[in-house]
Amino acid sequence: MSEHEQYADDLALYALDALQGEDRVRVHDHLATCAACRLELERLRGDAALLALSAAGPRPPQRSRLRLLDAVAREPRSARTVATAPRRSWWGWLGWAATAAVVLFALSLWQQNSALKQTLASAISQQAKSAREMEELRRIAAPIIEPEAQRVTLVAAKTPPQPQGKAFYLRSRGSLVFLANNMLPLPPQKAYELWLIPVSGAPIPAGVFKPDAHGSASVVNPPLPAGVEAKAFAITVENEAGSPAPTTPVLMVGAGE
Amino acid sequence: MGLKSGDQRAMAELYDRYSSVVYAVALRVLGDTGAAEDVLQEVFLQLWRRPSAFDAARGTLATWLAVITRNRAIDSLRKRRPETDIEDVVLSVSPDLAGDAERSRAAEKVRGVMVDMAPAQRSALEMAYWEGMSHSEIATKTGEPLGTVKTRIRSGLIALRKAFQS
Repeated sequence: MSEHEQYADDLALYALDALQGEDRVRVHDHLATCAACRLELERLRGDAALLALSAAGPRPPQRSRLRLLDAVAREPRSARTVATAPRRSWWGWLGWAATAAVVLFALSLWQQNSALKQTLASAISQQAKSAREMEELRRIAAPIIEPEAQRVTLVAAKTPPQPQGKAFYLRSRGSLVFLANNMLPLPPQKAYELWLIPVSGAPIPAGVFKPDAHGSASVVNPPLPAGVEAKAFAITVENEAGSPAPTTPVLMVGAGE
Repeated sequence: MGLKSGDQRAMAELYDRYSSVVYAVALRVLGDTGAAEDVLQEVFLQLWRRPSAFDAARGTLATWLAVITRNRAIDSLRKRRPETDIEDVVLSVSPDLAGDAERSRAAEKVRGVMVDMAPAQRSALEMAYWEGMSHSEIATKTGEPLGTVKTRIRSGLIALRKAFQS
């Protein structure tokens, strides 16, 4: 049961003022910190409002109208002005008496429109920010992951180039980037397979790859379970479709640096 | 001053347009014309004094007045001080209820949903809404567990919502 579900029934009662005692206080306190439940409360009040609108009955007697208008005429204007000081403009519209209801409806549409525009602007801004961040990441990573990037491995002079692999592994997300250089060509229908060697248990397949003409290859984010602690990474040669377990001797292996 | 008399004319316009809704709700709760007239007076005077309490971005004035009226009528029925300040009544209604015809159709639909509802559920919802009973009072009166009463009331409200989503 999620945190919100546990409040679901009580929210409905709260919307009807039918919740009392500690339960009411508990919901009240929760609402102060939970936007999702505040939104649901508004909806439930809206649902209850439908019930209110379903009431039908006779029109009020004429004396009620006279009584109200008499009371309104006797209300001092100054008191009303003080009470509504922060939003006096409402009264300015109300002054246009003949179209009061129309104005209210138009105001409703205008405010809804403004709110939507703000939400949209915020979403566009957020999307632009994300796009900029993604572009920046692509720019930084381009020399590593782009196929046309020139890869140079420096080794001691007079040493023939050796196959070499680098694994970058983020255990918490199960995220892995593997880069290889100077890999030897493979026989037909064969591929290299990368293995995550966990602290305990069998090796976990971490991607199949074939080097390009320069002996370079990469594996980016193969499907891996999150949270597995890697003792080492290893490479074997397998059928190009990959194998669930190593079937040939380990060609390359490396533990954490 | 012209403005002052203009304000009063505005109030008369609003009264002519919405007093039927307000009076019907008050009378439904209180069942007494004199008490209903008192609530009608109080609700419109509150609107006169604090028009800023109504947020036009959320629902129509008719809906808001109906809810305020129900709350005030329940307070009157239960002889208690107002539980909810009118400024705190924020609600979100999805169907279009701006016009008299739309409200009339919606009211008819709501009455249909209530008729189709299981009797125990309809009864729990009506006791909470029209009589202002708490869930524990309803549980005592019906002899049902508190949890059952709570769930019935919520699912009753959701049934109303769904009727307007389909």
